[in-house]
Amino acid sequence: MRGLSVFISDIRNCQNKEQERLRVDKELANIRTRFKNEKGLSVYEKKKYVWKMLYIYMLGYDVDFGHMETVALISAAKYAEKQVGYIVTSCLLNENHDFLRLAINTVRNDIIGRNETNQCLALTMVGNIGGKDFSESLAPDVQKLLLSSSCRPVVRKKAALCLLRLFRKNPDVVNVDGWSDRMSQLLDERELGVLTAVMSLLVALVANNPDGYWNCVPKCVRILERLTRSQDIPQEYTYYGIPSPWLQVKTMRALQYFPTIEDPNTRRSLFEVLHRILMGTDVVKNVNKNNAAHAVLFEALALVMHLDAEKEMMSQCVAILGKFIAVREPNIRYLGLENMTRMLLVTDVQESIKRHQAQIITSLKDPDISIRRRALDLLYGMCDVTNAKDIVEELLQYLTTADFGIREELALKAAILAEKFAPDLLWYVDVILQLIDKAGDFISDDIWYRVVQFVTNNDDLQAYAALKARDYMSKPAVHETMVKVGGYLLGEYGHLLARTPGCTPKEIFSIIHDKFSTVSISTKALLLSAYIKLLMHSQPSDPDLQEQIWRVFKRFEGNIDAEVQQRAVEYFALSRKGPAMVDIIAEMPKFPERQSALLKKTEDAEGDAAELSATRLRVQQQSSNAIVVVSQPSSNGSMFAGPLARTTSTPLDMNGELALTVTTMGQPQQTPSQSAAPVTADLLGDLLAPLAIEAPPAVSSPSELVSEQSSGDSSALALLDSTPSLQPIGSIKDWFHTLCFKDSGVLYEDPYIQIGLKAEWRAHQGRVTLFLGNKHVGALGTVRAVILPPAHLRMHLSTVPDTIPPRAQVQCPLEIINLQASRDLAVLEFSYSYGNVPVNVNLRLPIILSKFLQGVPLSPADFVSQWRALTGPPLKLQEVVRGVKPLTILEMSGLFSSIHITVAPGLDPNPNNIVAGTVFTSEARKTLCLVRIETDPSDRTQLRLTVASSDGVVSLELKEFIKEQLLDDSSTQQQMVAGPVSSGLSGPAAALAGLF
Amino acid sequence: MIRFILLQNRQGKTRLAKYYIPLEDSEKHKLEYEVHRLVVNRDPKFTNFVEFRTHKVIYRRYAGLFFSMCVDITDNELVYLESIHLFVEILDHFFSNVCELDLVFNFHKVYLILDEFILAGELQETSKKAIIERMAELERQE
Repeated sequence: MRGLSVFISDIRNCQNKEQERLRVDKELANIRTRFKNEKGLSVYEKKKYVWKMLYIYMLGYDVDFGHMETVALISAAKYAEKQVGYIVTSCLLNENHDFLRLAINTVRNDIIGRNETNQCLALTMVGNIGGKDFSESLAPDVQKLLLSSSCRPVVRKKAALCLLRLFRKNPDVVNVDGWSDRMSQLLDERELGVLTAVMSLLVALVANNPDGYWNCVPKCVRILERLTRSQDIPQEYTYYGIPSPWLQVKTMRALQYFPTIEDPNTRRSLFEVLHRILMGTDVVKNVNKNNAAHAVLFEALALVMHLDAEKEMMSQCVAILGKFIAVREPNIRYLGLENMTRMLLVTDVQESIKRHQAQIITSLKDPDISIRRRALDLLYGMCDVTNAKDIVEELLQYLTTADFGIREELALKAAILAEKFAPDLLWYVDVILQLIDKAGDFISDDIWYRVVQFVTNNDDLQAYAALKARDYMSKPAVHETMVKVGGYLLGEYGHLLARTPGCTPKEIFSIIHDKFSTVSISTKALLLSAYIKLLMHSQPSDPDLQEQIWRVFKRFEGNIDAEVQQRAVEYFALSRKGPAMVDIIAEMPKFPERQSALLKKTEDAEGDAAELSATRLRVQQQSSNAIVVVSQPSSNGSMFAGPLARTTSTPLDMNGELALTVTTMGQPQQTPSQSAAPVTADLLGDLLAPLAIEAPPAVSSPSELVSEQSSGDSSALALLDSTPSLQPIGSIKDWFHTLCFKDSGVLYEDPYIQIGLKAEWRAHQGRVTLFLGNKHVGALGTVRAVILPPAHLRMHLSTVPDTIPPRAQVQCPLEIINLQASRDLAVLEFSYSYGNVPVNVNLRLPIILSKFLQGVPLSPADFVSQWRALTGPPLKLQEVVRGVKPLTILEMSGLFSSIHITVAPGLDPNPNNIVAGTVFTSEARKTLCLVRIETDPSDRTQLRLTVASSDGVVSLELKEFIKEQLLDDSSTQQQMVAGPVSSGLSGPAAALAGLF
Repeated sequence: MIRFILLQNRQGKTRLAKYYIPLEDSEKHKLEYEVHRLVVNRDPKFTNFVEFRTHKVIYRRYAGLFFSMCVDITDNELVYLESIHLFVEILDHFFSNVCELDLVFNFHKVYLILDEFILAGELQETSKKAIIERMAELERQE
């Protein structure tokens, strides 16, 4: 194609980006004009322009026109045009583009037509960018092609993968009952191309429903036997002498989704195969052959782990991995480390892995960050009481040289391990102080709070900790976190060092005060508390020290920061009491006994929480980037693939409106992290807490102090109470909200679990299926799901299993019967644990009023007679709603149809008004509801809403529900004024208004 | 599952980009930029795998061209690494001794070949012979 080549050459010859842009702009302008008078365009030209558009798009320029022309080419009669249309459409558009819907019919015709080439083109496009719409309308046709005996392999393999795509978009398109036998038959396929494609399909199906495809297990094992024995494998399907490594890997992957393999014969054959792979894989010179062979080997290792093989085979695996982590070849070493970490999760091989500790530590210093990460994960996973000291010290040592990419994770992991496995507490204090010293930026407050708690509760730790703190504080440059923890410890326990040289109260004060000018205001406040503690401990005070400290207090009594100011003033006043202040400002008490259980719990949970927050941090970074389409399954084949939740655009652009209703619907959901947040806010309360406990009531303390006391107290409690939690991958609110308008999608997702939801509604009944999908390679335990139904719903949840096996999905049906109209929401209390980290979430279920509505079209006569029959409150309710989101009438109709209220167009003669009808169904009866909205074209932010039905409760609830949907969340004051609107009604509308 | 495949030269010019997940244009461009930055400075002695957001990029360099596949964390890295090589072998066969210029001027052919090789983010055909023959068949149709 000459024109295309010339254009590409032109671009290549551009000297700089600017020239390139000019050339591109010129071309785009040209194409645009040519497309405008399409009549004169030849087939050749059309093709040429569309290819050029793709090229420009690939260069990174926006191509925001010509989509129509491209999609139109799909329906061209000639193959050459059709081909270009299909290919370029697959690149330029994605499943959410509206243009794509226009093509569904053509695509379907190509699929069911007899032209094999067109079938292939259509299957390819649907397989690559088909969305839910395609799923619904094309799945049966695609299935037919896959099963057809008259189709050539080239069509059938495309059909298999196309079906896989459709299944990922909507798992309903493949019915397990009908498909397990068909899949089993398809696995008899001799043609390896088709078989490879079918195997990918099987992996997705089994991952979604491990129990549905048992009959495929023996077939898979037979395929593996055939491949590993090189029986009947055409030359073209061997890769460097290895029978299709891709099919081998896929087949073994499929087998990993079956919980176990019980049939002894099948199991035996499979183990023979696995044994042969484990023993028969050697390192060879040719890189590609070596990679392919090891790809198979690693998959075999994973399968062995999954199958819970005998001890002997397991230790074989560890031995192989041990060999791998020592090799020079980076890829193999990386995979050795990665697979050892996985192995830790599933089996009891800790001891044999420990033998490789030294080797793993070497990898921690590898120049390649990919390897370092794996080594860190593995060290973290294999750490226990026996090796904690070595591992943590190794991590600390590495911390000084580690680059930023890994420091944060390293610091967190070291802190967790130090706390979890500390052989003695002195060591623990050492580790944490070192950590703060070396990586202060990466130390979260939780970590230093922890160390303070330990020191407070252990008398024999206090002098030691104070001494250490003094040493660190004496350094010239100290991280602010160190100033906090050092200041705190020295204030509290500095007096214990009195006999140590260089530790008089005065010296300690000057060590701390040295840093005072460099720290933030909140740290200054903390230091003020430390000063008064110093003063208190040195009673009768050294007048010199007292003078110095008073000067500081005096200087800050006018500080702009209220907290600092208050402390300065109060401490000054208190310190003038002389020895009497000992009664007020006593030493921190131990955390009371009654809290010890809590403390313990926090200890465990917090230990792992930091890990979680490490993960969380990564997740947050990641999810801020757009690629993480939240609902994309992170592991193979988990359901609800695709952007169900996020990116699907509704036919009318209602995203705005959808968003605004969130805040008005029920309580705003607190994410777990938010609930844990207050902890960080002010720990300073801790310092004041003893005031509350120790101060005799007789002492006349300023009233502010009293309130301070209680808040201090509560924050100390909050510190203990806070169960650190896992961050969901995305917004619970958004998911909830999306599900209010859709019947399937994600309800919740975090790094370990995904909860999907699918709902069917029939009149007053509903059936919601919860899909609990374990995304992880370890089992999730103590799974609990409790439904808290509101009064108006009768709900029954079937049993939820206690554990979810690795990468498995569990379905839990929930039956719902609607008794009454209400806007209350049911809540799902969901909890599980991963390792020993408990995770609790409360999720609102999207069972909103509209789920029990069914829109009805109304004839004018029906409407008028009904409307007239219903008069006044409580049956007919009217309200002027202000602060609504400005919507056009069309958008508002769209909003109504999304909540199942059918607008009767033209029934109200005033084009600015809408009348609509719906039927609300409860167990007892159906209620016809009529709705009228009168908008004011001059001010779209207000409208009058009237709802009428034969049941007052229904009218009220429906009115409030609609109001919630209409309100604009940006208007903070949602004023409702009852009464009629006087403006804007004239002519026929006025006449009609009279009627109303 | 393969999330996307990128073919970029050392300067970061995209020679082929294929996405198997729905993304907006701006996201695609951002991601192409990030992946390029991620792989371009890595030492040849390093692994061919880099963690990227919640996924993993498997990449391989051929002369001045980087072939990158973004796959799931749990996917088998080596088998995807060899998929890249197989793809290169197919291109090499098709263009007889492929070089970057072949891919630039025949980018539309490259898309065609890729569509015969990978579909829906999964491997469709692993026989070089089958794909080359299929391409010949398609060329006769045009």
